[in-house]
Amino acid sequence: MTTAQKSGSGTDTIGNHGTGEGADESAGSSAPGAALSVSVWRGGPGGGRFHDYEVPARESQTVLDVVSWIQQEAEPALAYRFACRVGMCGSCAMTVNGVPRWTCRTHVQRVAANGRLQIAPLRNLPVIRDLAVDMDPFFERWTAAEGRFHPGTTRHDPMAPVDPASPARREADAAIECINCAVCHAACDTVAADPDYLGPAPLNRAWTLLNDAKDEGRDAILDAVAGRGGCLSCHSMGSCTRHCPNGLDPMRAIAGLKRATALRALRGRR
Amino acid sequence: MLTPRLYLAQRLSALILAPLVIGHVAVMIYAVQDGLSAAEILGRTRGSIGWALFYGLFAAAVAVHAAIGLRVIAHETLGLKGRGLAALTWAIFALLLGLGLRAVWAVTAGGAA
Ligand code: SF4
Ligand code: SF4
Ligand code: FES
Repeated sequence: MTTAQKSGSGTDTIGNHGTGEGADESAGSSAPGAALSVSVWRGGPGGGRFHDYEVPARESQTVLDVVSWIQQEAEPALAYRFACRVGMCGSCAMTVNGVPRWTCRTHVQRVAANGRLQIAPLRNLPVIRDLAVDMDPFFERWTAAEGRFHPGTTRHDPMAPVDPASPARREADAAIECINCAVCHAACDTVAADPDYLGPAPLNRAWTLLNDAKDEGRDAILDAVAGRGGCLSCHSMGSCTRHCPNGLDPMRAIAGLKRATALRALRGRR
Repeated sequence: MLTPRLYLAQRLSALILAPLVIGHVAVMIYAVQDGLSAAEILGRTRGSIGWALFYGLFAAAVAVHAAIGLRVIAHETLGLKGRGLAALTWAIFALLLGLGLRAVWAVTAGGAA
């Protein structure tokens, strides 16, 4: 992951997540010998089905622990992704009992329904195999939304001052801690309905750049997000905000882009 | 699928519609409460430039607002785009505007001329 920009913000903010996805919950104890009934989707681009596994219940167990147990003890060929296991890399997202979640920080106790878990790949992205989806369409949208830094100066120029208290910087800061997990992308019904729609995470990134005093790509960003499939396609239903495990508010970011886009059109510069 | 101008047009038409809808509902309640007959209502609206403007603007704002809203639905649920989508948008706009203005004409100008 290249865009998890956490430099300078200090590692103490990592894990300080607004929606509290179970990270700080004290896990109660499970009865010794208790087992979870877990259905895991297995298959490929052509289709697949759920396979059932019995997994020993443990204290403080995460959904990723369950998937790893299945892969290590029962189904060595199971395909899934993870890396950091601490909610930083954004690679472990799956659909758990119908809801998109980061599995490494989702406690089983919080989401299991009567000891049952159903684990499927993320929605709105093509499946490669089992629980691993192809993230390319997600990152291609990121590029299409101009979600990259647009430098305007060279190393010989003085640094642009960034005032941490300015309203623009606050907007950027509030939206910056995206880990590219694609949970919001999977949660968004507009992404599901409209193949052109850029989706919440790329638009959220475009918003941080639009508010970055050092980014000189304002027009390029607004061109990208005002066009077909851009911010104006968002229905403000808020599934992205509801499900973002990092407590970000892409819906708010997109509303900001809509304002900027509309203002630009009002001034006759579209 | 919206362009910035369509987006603005939909927001502005909503802005215009909001007070007009309230006015329309108020007029309806007034007419019903007062037990006005159709002939009495027509007697007040015919030849009135004020009512013609009020409901003319109403019909125009509805045509703009609904055409753009239905355009988005047609794009998302039927996958329509490009010229087909533009044609549908204009057709809905023209239909609603035509029906609306015909009704406005009937209650304000019809018989007065
Ligand atoms: S608010 Fe917009 S981006 Fe977020 S889930 Fe709804 S339609 Fe998608
Ligand atoms: S905005 Fe939230 S849910 Fe979406 S990719 Fe970023 S961290 Fe994940
Ligand atoms: S494994 Fe890195 S966020 Fe879950």
